[in-house]
Amino acid sequence: MAVMSYLGAIGAAQREAMEADERVVIIGEDVEANVYGTTGAGKSRKDKGDFLEMFGSNRIRNTPISEEVIVGAAAGAAMTGLRPIVDLSYSSFLYMAMDQFVNQVAKNRYMFGGQASMPVVFRSAMFYGLNTGAHHSDRPYPMFMNVPGLKIMVPASPSDAKGLLRTAVDLDDPVLTFEACPLWGLKEEVSEEEYRIPFGVGRVAREGSDVTIVAISSAVPESVAAAEALQAEGISAEVIDPRTLVPLDVDLILGSVARTGRLVVADPAHRTCGAAAEISAIVAEEAFDSLRAPIVRVATPDTQIPFSPALEKQLYPSRDGIAAAVRRVLGARPLIDAGV
Amino acid sequence: MNMPDKNFYSNRGEMALDRETLLQMQRRMLRIRHFDERASKMVKRGQIPGTVHTSIGQEAQVVGACMALGDGDYMSGNHRSHGHPIGKGSPLGPLMAELVGKGTGVCGGKGGSLHLADFAVGSLGESGIVGSSIPIATGAALSAKVLGNGRVSLAFFGDGAANQGCLYEAMNLAGSWDLPVIFLCENNQYALSTPAHTVTSGVIAERAAGFGIAGVRVEDGQDVLAVYDATRTAVERARRGEGPTLIEVVTYRFHEHSEGLRLGTDYRDAAEKEAWLERDPIVLFRQHLVADGVATDAELDALEAEVIAEVDEAVAFTDASPFPDPSVAFADLYTEPTPLRVAATLRGAS
Repeated sequence: MAVMSYLGAIGAAQREAMEADERVVIIGEDVEANVYGTTGAGKSRKDKGDFLEMFGSNRIRNTPISEEVIVGAAAGAAMTGLRPIVDLSYSSFLYMAMDQFVNQVAKNRYMFGGQASMPVVFRSAMFYGLNTGAHHSDRPYPMFMNVPGLKIMVPASPSDAKGLLRTAVDLDDPVLTFEACPLWGLKEEVSEEEYRIPFGVGRVAREGSDVTIVAISSAVPESVAAAEALQAEGISAEVIDPRTLVPLDVDLILGSVARTGRLVVADPAHRTCGAAAEISAIVAEEAFDSLRAPIVRVATPDTQIPFSPALEKQLYPSRDGIAAAVRRVLGARPLIDAGV
Repeated sequence: MNMPDKNFYSNRGEMALDRETLLQMQRRMLRIRHFDERASKMVKRGQIPGTVHTSIGQEAQVVGACMALGDGDYMSGNHRSHGHPIGKGSPLGPLMAELVGKGTGVCGGKGGSLHLADFAVGSLGESGIVGSSIPIATGAALSAKVLGNGRVSLAFFGDGAANQGCLYEAMNLAGSWDLPVIFLCENNQYALSTPAHTVTSGVIAERAAGFGIAGVRVEDGQDVLAVYDATRTAVERARRGEGPTLIEVVTYRFHEHSEGLRLGTDYRDAAEKEAWLERDPIVLFRQHLVADGVATDAELDALEAEVIAEVDEAVAFTDASPFPDPSVAFADLYTEPTPLRVAATLRGAS
């Protein structure tokens, strides 16, 4: 075990994957210089060397700023024998390659009747909560949940980031990883051994019996903090982190709601057609009989993200907002309208 | 990066080809012609659902390029793409079955006319989105380069796709990395009804110069040998590690943009159309083969009769094939079957 940050764990997974299989390559903007600390042995280039030294320029490649061809070429390479990891840096940059994601990456295996394999991972980071303004703060995973054929991981801890990424590289299907910049500095003990976390298997981040909080990405630690605060009020909240949104561990969520009878979904994406909306709909369709109160979503309101810290911070699911939502599903009069 | 001395223009090279290869060229052009003529009839009779775009008139451009590739080489196609897998050697039965939506189709009935793919011959698939498969072919060249397997990749696209941004992203990336890829523009001079010269600034082939890659314009795309020579030169360059080439082939489609399309306006000049119909690539090559003593008229008649029989067999195979089971709609989305939570409501049972 070693203490790893969220970013450090991603770097460790990439190094393991590169060492394990020569077909794994990393392409993307600025990957050679280890700008984000995920393409080197340590945080800086001087610290134990970077991937360029370790694996050579054939397998680690800086790209031009051309997202459409980066994504399409990674798909074509995956269809013909490579297993690329693509670093797209900011999640908002994915839109530049929307045609390739939707029409090629997601559809080729299906529309060619299973002839194509698409073992490719597209990594991107959501720079929300960091005052980067409207163009860099997006949390766009729900848009891609709406595209059959893609798999989506949203790790909320260093251990999950490492184990899920190893699985993602092994899969013969395309995976999009949405990494949460607010969690970059999060540190915990992570195994230095190789391990893999399967897709479609959620994690109970905290056990409880009165209410189920399904939390996504940075809403996981916020929900755990809310649950701890609620404990003092005699409320026992269970926090579930699905870890992957496609496939989604529906059984874990339904099983928890069957016990608690109440559901709050905390999701940093926009409210309309967000991940929370889909999870709420599944529970309403399949576990309505278990519900003792209406489902409540704690999501980002349907507005753009402003620059000023005074404006931005209020928009995402916070421990206070999540706690207020829990009190509401438990029948208390809403103390505040926290945008839930 | 390898900088070519200059862009080059080619009308006809003189690469020596053996008799078998020359006759194979004619055979594959005839396969495309008769396959597409039959498909056209089947569309009009309602036997093929959806939309179909034929390669009739463009056979030389397709076959000249495909036969310059090796068996292990890759290619990607576009919406007008029945000819590409045929040109690369695909059997006709599963292609025809795919057009009709049968379970024995090359894509199991999931793709149809717009999404044929036959990975067995290196056909990585057609794209119904104009230009969208160019990055895919570029990526196949990247895998060939990284794995060092000596393969080459070719992207077929039209004059319409020549104005998509992804082509220029791909040319820049391929030029920067010296990827073994050929960008082949099938300039049939019309993007549906829009004359290419009215929406295209400059000469497409000359755009290669801006990326420091080789560019060539085949002025007579009805001449299968001219297309073959230009493509073969590009393939050899790519295999030697000298990077990508942009080839523009000037050609003409003999049918409407898509089968059954009826436009109120005649956007192609009658005299222009007549002049191109006179330059039927199959007739031209037949004349060449006879004049050069490669084959007699009788031998070429026999060859054509064999191809017609092949197409008949493909249709018989299609007719005898069952439609896929409805459950197939839920297969092949991912490597392993993923439970879909829709079956009950789809069947009206909820």
